[in-house]
Amino acid sequence: MSEHGKKKRDQVATRRPEGEFDPEIRVLLADLSQEEGSLLRCLQRVQEHFGYVPDSSIGVIAELCNVSRAETFGVLTYYADLRTVPPAAILVRICGAEACQSVGSRELEVEWHNIQERSFTDASVETAEVFCLGNCALGPAAMINGELIGRVTPDVIAEHVTSLLAKS
Amino acid sequence: MKVFVPGDSAAVSVGADRVAAALGAAHSSFEIVRNGSRGLLWLEPLVEIEVEGIRHAFGPVQPHDVPALALTGDYMSSDLYLGITDQLPWLARQERWTFERVGIVDPASPEDFLAHGGLSGLKKAMAAGATETIEQVCASGLRGRGGAGFPTGIKWKTVANAVATSHAGAPLGSTPHKYVVVNADEGDSGTFADRMLMEGDPFTLIEGMLIAGFAVGADFGYIYIRSEYPAAIHSMQRAIELSREQGWLGTSILGSDFAFDVDVRVGAGSYVCGEETAMLESLEGKRGMVRPKPPLPALEGLFGVPTVINNVISIGSVPAIMSRGAAAYAALGSGRSQGTSVFQLAGNIAQGGIVETGFGVSVRELVQGFGGGTRTGRPIRAVQIGGPLGAYLSEAELDVSADYESLIAADAMLGHGGIVVFDDTVDMATQAKFAMQFCAEESCGKCTPCRIGSTRGVEVIDLIVRGEDSAGNKELLEDLCEVMRDGSLCAMGGLTPLPVLSALNKFPEDFEPESQRRKESV
Repeated sequence: MSEHGKKKRDQVATRRPEGEFDPEIRVLLADLSQEEGSLLRCLQRVQEHFGYVPDSSIGVIAELCNVSRAETFGVLTYYADLRTVPPAAILVRICGAEACQSVGSRELEVEWHNIQERSFTDASVETAEVFCLGNCALGPAAMINGELIGRVTPDVIAEHVTSLLAKS
Repeated sequence: MKVFVPGDSAAVSVGADRVAAALGAAHSSFEIVRNGSRGLLWLEPLVEIEVEGIRHAFGPVQPHDVPALALTGDYMSSDLYLGITDQLPWLARQERWTFERVGIVDPASPEDFLAHGGLSGLKKAMAAGATETIEQVCASGLRGRGGAGFPTGIKWKTVANAVATSHAGAPLGSTPHKYVVVNADEGDSGTFADRMLMEGDPFTLIEGMLIAGFAVGADFGYIYIRSEYPAAIHSMQRAIELSREQGWLGTSILGSDFAFDVDVRVGAGSYVCGEETAMLESLEGKRGMVRPKPPLPALEGLFGVPTVINNVISIGSVPAIMSRGAAAYAALGSGRSQGTSVFQLAGNIAQGGIVETGFGVSVRELVQGFGGGTRTGRPIRAVQIGGPLGAYLSEAELDVSADYESLIAADAMLGHGGIVVFDDTVDMATQAKFAMQFCAEESCGKCTPCRIGSTRGVEVIDLIVRGEDSAGNKELLEDLCEVMRDGSLCAMGGLTPLPVLSALNKFPEDFEPESQRRKESV
């Protein structure tokens, strides 16, 4: 898990030209940014639109929400969901919380990691750990591009990823 | 003919959507209803066919079972036939109040909600008046189901007696408010009751918020739902829109001068935002960091105005309490834990799902009687109650009564009612270490014992199991846990010692260097 945190910090280092998305973001947040306390929702909306929050957009989001860049950066980096690099086409989230641990999620993560290293080497598949998907009676649980899968096995993840890759 | 195929995400996670599609295509006379789940999750997808007004259960149904099921017409001879749903022993032994409509109604239908007694609680509350409503909630004995167990009625009374104020820092003359905030940031592993209520009977949550808003004089409510629950978010948003169309939200509700509206706010992957003050910060768009108390959120909550914050299950229980009577609710349960608890059986369990019953049932009855033991068929070794901050119980302790006081007396806690079962392959030193890792990952960073102590805890447990000065490091771990418990503002740092120390004290053999168990698992 500590590696996860480190990875997140490293990702912040990629810089884009400042202000490249400003006009688009101004339109996107026109109705929302003036609402009280809307900074987090603005960041969520930007991420919904771009798939991530480009770090070059921190300035304009701060300006629109009338908060400092530091505060904007603080909120952006606090929440695990928010990201500053584009996501892979396929995001595999495997639950690593206790209920899933009790039915083998640790082994599942290792096995899936091996399959991924072997068979899905390009950057289009990203795996992340998540703590609880609320499917604790039918674990281990995984969520692949928003689809929840119960009693999941490494092979089932591979099947889903393969079929999503074929579609994309 | 009505055929019910749950749209609950647990059912969907094991194929309910494909089953619904197959059933819809198989027979033109089938009217498919996507209900919530009845809570027998190990039997999902559990399909119900309504014959002469009686619902018959089949499960678990897979798409390839559909032709046989759909075409015979002689449903009851199917291998998958379980019986009349309401008479299944698992359900017949429960006392369903909060979950009385979950799995029964179509969560997308306001008409269905009304036909099954929806809004009768709100009507009774409005007829009784705000003060009497709060008295009823007090009399029901309802306590916070999120885990803290604070009496809901007392909290409401505090907010009702507070004067509505304008937002902190707002210009003079700004509109005064009070708010209702529903905590749907159900991050505890082993819990899914909030999710199932929101997906299966969302109008009840809205009705509960209306009653709370009416009782305390609030004009707006927020439901803070974690982002990991996309189906619940969708279900609540749809229910809110439908409620506005019905006139249940907005101005002059049920012909009165009461005005109230509700909105959904989505979390962003932070466990600690389930703590009420961190949630308020997050709702205000900030980092989800814990606030010191006082001021109590009841007096200075969201944007500084008086705010009721209740868990989904607490608020969702109020409509049934108002409708069916506070005294009848209070008569259930044991001692000061009155009413029903929505237990969630999870983890390595043969029959996992929702058991709503009066407090006081034993944990053994829940995990053996209802749950049928482990899914793997191996002996139960440990049970964790109350999520990642809850204690581990050994098999020998399972006769403890599942209520607030008995569990506290056993150095454990009920939390949100989630029960996670582990079989004898579990390594408790690994589980203790995970509790510290989880705290390190999710700590908001406000309190040093939690922010730094959790990382130190991981290191110290590593030293213990490696056999480096085990005795000294065990003492150090106990010291560290004491500092975390006493020196943290909220339950994140304050309760992480609970799983750690319960594992250490009850399963000391797992902390021995070169433990046999660890060698096996390697």
